[in-house]
Amino acid sequence: MDNCAVAQKMSPKDYKSDVKPIWCAGCGDFSVLSAITKALAALSLPPEQVAVVSGIGCSSRIPAYTSVYGFHGVHGRALPIATGLKIARPDLTVLVTGGDGDGFSIGGNHFLHACRRNVDMTYVVMDNQVYGMTKGQASPTTAPDWEGSKLTPEGAGINPFHPLVVALAAGANFIARCSSSDPNNVAQIIAEGIRHPGFSLIQVLSPCVTFRPEQKDWKRMVRTAVVDATDDPARAARRLMTDDGFNVGKVLYKGSREPFRPGAEACFQVDDLEAGFAVGQ
Amino acid sequence: MTTATLETPREAAAKQKVILCEGNEAAALAVALARPDMVAVYPITPQSSLVEHVAKLIADGKMDADIVDAEGEHSVLSVLQGGALAGARTYTATCGPGLAFMFEPYFRTSGMRLPIVMTIVTRDGITPQSVWGGHQDAMTVREVGWVQMYCETVQEVLDTTIMAFKVAEHHDVMLPVNICLDGNYLSYGASRVELPDQAEVDAFLGDKFVNWHVALDPQRPMAVDPLTGGSGGKGPSTFVRYRKGQCKGMQNALRVIEEVHEEWAQRFGRSFAPLVEEYRLDDAEFAIMTLGSMTGAAKDAIDEAREAGKKVGLIKIKTFSPFPVEALVRSLAKVRALGVVDRSVGFRWNCGPMFQETLGALYRLGRHVPAMSFIGGLAGADLTIPHFHRVIDATEALLQGGPVPTEPVWLNERD
Ligand SMILES: Cc1ncc(C[n+]2csc(CCOP(=O)(O)OP(=O)(O)O)c2C)c(N)n1
Ligand code: SF4
Repeated sequence: MDNCAVAQKMSPKDYKSDVKPIWCAGCGDFSVLSAITKALAALSLPPEQVAVVSGIGCSSRIPAYTSVYGFHGVHGRALPIATGLKIARPDLTVLVTGGDGDGFSIGGNHFLHACRRNVDMTYVVMDNQVYGMTKGQASPTTAPDWEGSKLTPEGAGINPFHPLVVALAAGANFIARCSSSDPNNVAQIIAEGIRHPGFSLIQVLSPCVTFRPEQKDWKRMVRTAVVDATDDPARAARRLMTDDGFNVGKVLYKGSREPFRPGAEACFQVDDLEAGFAVGQ
Repeated sequence: MTTATLETPREAAAKQKVILCEGNEAAALAVALARPDMVAVYPITPQSSLVEHVAKLIADGKMDADIVDAEGEHSVLSVLQGGALAGARTYTATCGPGLAFMFEPYFRTSGMRLPIVMTIVTRDGITPQSVWGGHQDAMTVREVGWVQMYCETVQEVLDTTIMAFKVAEHHDVMLPVNICLDGNYLSYGASRVELPDQAEVDAFLGDKFVNWHVALDPQRPMAVDPLTGGSGGKGPSTFVRYRKGQCKGMQNALRVIEEVHEEWAQRFGRSFAPLVEEYRLDDAEFAIMTLGSMTGAAKDAIDEAREAGKKVGLIKIKTFSPFPVEALVRSLAKVRALGVVDRSVGFRWNCGPMFQETLGALYRLGRHVPAMSFIGGLAGADLTIPHFHRVIDATEALLQGGPVPTEPVWLNERD
């Protein structure tokens, strides 16, 4: 990417704002924030060349905590906002941050179309299998028998959504999973996702220690995936068939589909149109 | 209405349980008493605990309804449309951004005359970000053909929620109904409430009046929502008939809301002004006007001002949609100056929306009453007794006949 070629050395704290996060102590999102700033520093991106767009949720607060351009959007609509931004300003590096509820529940429709449109942006989803901000309701990635939500005290009873499977099927160009327990690895994968052209999905297992305290065990349950990225969707799909959701730390799929770039020039001229429709004759 | 078959209020009241609960829980308990067949939900602050209480009542077997935990508010109301078309009694609650996201099916619900009942746990509109109370959400959709009733107390939330089903399903109305419950103040404010007896509520509500005009009628399979006008079908007159019907239903609602409140008072011994409430108005020279939970502090301010010799009264609107023009004109006829306090903003007229609507009623009055708009309580800001003293004093000054301010007074500008 051309805006990576910047000589100045940057440090992660250059990307932090002076707003102090109000997440609960131990929330996985702290590591993801730190990983984002590390990734931006590793790429030495000038802050004014980066935009972070989010929806609504605890995880969607990230833009306020960074020093780059940020927009705290509408619940579920981060991806279309980011799409508009990237198309209007293709020179910006666009990151989208948010939660599993924001991205797969109320915004699920946009997720499908962002994958298939393949605009060059990097979507970091902090998946805690719960709506943290509204105090612990089941999200699309929650197991059907989780009874911890007051809204579904007998479990949500519906099959969970598999973001990586859906992303692959819908046409995302870069797919990875990592764990907030290893922020350096998250940083590395985010940097790789930013460098890779097209739509990159990075699912970060990021515990909600308040409403899913059992997720504190995730750091012991995750394992480094034993495979390296493939560019073959069928191979990636086969790997996902045996995936239990805890293979982390590696990129699963790196495709070579051309990103969607609407023509920089208008695809028609008014004069041609007028001539075509015989206006004024 | 006949009261011959009814118990005396005292007998019915004796069967009521007294409990302490928050507005959100009171609304949930009322919903359970109204026995809907279907509830659809998506959480949002400050509505979440309301729908969580409903979910618990269902899980505990105290309520026999299907509950759909949907993927967003647009789906919530769409699910209920499907349920209502199948003849189900349906309920949901939302607020603020959730209501905004729901707007597309919200608009169509009144056109299809589906008697869906929905609580708006009122919340201010973003941007800027805020999860706090305010009336901007409900006000923004006041022109879409839903009946909207605002509550002052937790007890009124409970009682109005049950009454809402009767109003919605009344065959002269057949319209969706919102109960507006102030986010924060009422949603989380705990108070003593009387919980009516289930059998009494069953007798009060009766069986659901099936919306046969749009339903799964085995005698008459039908495709609902015809194409009209320029899109083909039966031409614009069909469209006009729908709109006129909605307006008629809204006007009928004014009468039905009064009847339903009257019957409620007979059965349960608690009466609330159905459309417009007057407080110390009969001998007042001027009045202030309020909506929702702010009225409590406003009434206290009125009492203090009365002690200080000011001849001030209060007009509270309960039913905001349909706008109770006749009832309001009767109240306005008693005063010579008016101050209207809104918890939302009317961007087009640079005043509060209730103020703007009241100007229409003042025109009907046919006499010049100087009136001022006050905007306060936005995004959860407190409206306290001192704020209402400012309103009272500024309104009293209008009696002198000086120039009437054209700008609104922003009550919390320096808070
Ligand atoms: C239209 C709309 N509906 C509902 C909400 C309430 N709401 C805010 S955040 C949220 C869910 C957040 O969950 P997730 O995206 O998983 O983020 P987390 O808080 O867990 O990081 C909900 C339901 C809202 N803000 N807007
Ligand atoms: S509620 Fe959960 S997701 Fe939100 S800040 Fe706390 S731990 Fe993090």
